[in-house]
Amino acid sequence: MTDSLDQIFVTLKHWLLSGLDDLLKWLEVAPPGWSMPLVSIVLSLAPILMVFPALFAITTVLERKGLGRIQNRYGPNRVGPFGFLQFAADGIKALIKEDLVPRAADKVVHFIAPVILVITAFTVYAVLPFGRNMVAADLDAGLLFFFAVGAASELAVFMAGWSSRNKYALLGAMRAIAQMVSYEIPLILSSVAVVMITGTLSLTKIVEAQSTHAGLLPDWFVFTPWGFMGFTLFMIAANAELNRSPFDLPEGESEIIAGYFIEYSGFKFALFFLSEYLSMFALSGLGITLFLGGWNAPFAALDFIPSWAWFFAKLLALIFLFIWTRGTLPRLRQDQLMNLAWKFMIPMVLVNLVAAALWHFTGPGWMRWLTSGALVVGAYMLLGKPQFESKDIGKRTYRFAD
Amino acid sequence: MLGTGIIKGMAETARNFLGSYVSREHLTTVQYPEERSPQIENARQFPFLVFDGDDPIKGLRCVACQICEKECPPKCIYIVKSKDKRVDYKGQSQFYPARFDIDLSVCMSCQICVEVCPFESIKMDTAYELSTTDRFGGLMADKHQLAKSNEHYRHIHPTDAALSDAALAVEVAKAKAVAEAKAKAAITTTVSPQPVAAT
Repeated sequence: MTDSLDQIFVTLKHWLLSGLDDLLKWLEVAPPGWSMPLVSIVLSLAPILMVFPALFAITTVLERKGLGRIQNRYGPNRVGPFGFLQFAADGIKALIKEDLVPRAADKVVHFIAPVILVITAFTVYAVLPFGRNMVAADLDAGLLFFFAVGAASELAVFMAGWSSRNKYALLGAMRAIAQMVSYEIPLILSSVAVVMITGTLSLTKIVEAQSTHAGLLPDWFVFTPWGFMGFTLFMIAANAELNRSPFDLPEGESEIIAGYFIEYSGFKFALFFLSEYLSMFALSGLGITLFLGGWNAPFAALDFIPSWAWFFAKLLALIFLFIWTRGTLPRLRQDQLMNLAWKFMIPMVLVNLVAAALWHFTGPGWMRWLTSGALVVGAYMLLGKPQFESKDIGKRTYRFAD
Repeated sequence: MLGTGIIKGMAETARNFLGSYVSREHLTTVQYPEERSPQIENARQFPFLVFDGDDPIKGLRCVACQICEKECPPKCIYIVKSKDKRVDYKGQSQFYPARFDIDLSVCMSCQICVEVCPFESIKMDTAYELSTTDRFGGLMADKHQLAKSNEHYRHIHPTDAALSDAALAVEVAKAKAVAEAKAKAAITTTVSPQPVAAT
């Protein structure tokens, strides 16, 4: 029973495919050879194209409600029960708004920039394992594919900023490129530690490597010194990749209004938000896959809950973490942003690679906890000290106002 | 250590997030159309014209002296003085406003008209839900819309209304005394042609 529930979507797809096959045989139609694989692809992709935009719709409401609660107010509570239909109102508004394109804009690039952004945001889902046997394309180099396609979104961001022919858009795009290029390095290097330990770039194999249980804790990489540090760095870098607060300088509504998508209105504007949230889910999904055991249950006793339910539970937890951070931290300054990336994140992530290597070569036992843990904690203290506790950040003194 | 401030901040926001579900005090906002926060006594929005008695137009205290019209900084008041006179609340024969319009879209709620009015006839109202679908005509208030009773004034601004009532009582008493003195003088002039100094 539990097994069938776990595999319900896989079974459903097989049942649909064989049903279609039987139907065609009964009708005595011989479809061309490429048609059945095509149907199989569509059946794999359709759920992704439906589930994640739906999650986006729900997340926008939950985010606004969560931020509201953090700021001691209700958040949206007018449309539908408890305001949960707010996304429908927002969507309809975006659809019926006039689509304005600046006269001086490069119209072709201006049009395709949000399209490319959404396509890249969707494409990375192909390699994410959402559950046992639930992955659209089980690539051997899935991780590489994820980062390669994910990096293309930077191109789309700059296309949007450049084609708008607006100083704010260009400033926002320049900020976005500087930020995304800087944080791509810690993002990838923090994942490399996992690749070093598991010896594979396939995301399904990485999940399988975390499926065992050692004592109380599961063998998730987040429960190792290097994995914990790697996960933390991954989440910080992901936050910066997504241009979310506290790294939302490219949008910086106080100084450059909306950044690179300032000249977009109506549904194209909504597409930017869609792709931003889709990337957030994808990067959260990657973080889950790499560090939080993917679709594995935390305890063997909880294995009866389907694997996909675990994946989405972890995904919602990480989304909540993103919302929580956004509601807490103020925006960084540009120099602070770059300092954090180049003086703290990148050295830290390199040390983390050494810690992962130590963990691997020390062998099982308490010794590897000690060596790897000491290295990570020591590096954290040393690297964190000089930049962030510098003397010039003291109590601010005022000359004229008191 | 690096990161302790972030953890402290996260704890603070979590406390507010969870607290909003536990205690009503955490939610400081008022759900506006259903509930309204009480206004403080000195709240003011736009001016209105005070009238005494039952008839809003006949009872208007305004004598169309046009001081407020001249003093109004954004020039949102428009007054047309009447051709004839009528008896006002002091029993004196006075002009009255044939037209008294205030353009609420221009008014800046400065209260200068209230300060300069010598007749306690224009005061600040507290009504604030004045949205309209017609931004020109809908925001032009004429004297029928502006006339509000003294009871209304006592209700919205009790302290100020008491002061205003006291000042008016003094004025009325003074006017009465003058009238009496005049009447007496009229009687004495018929007896002896010596003028009596009016106080």
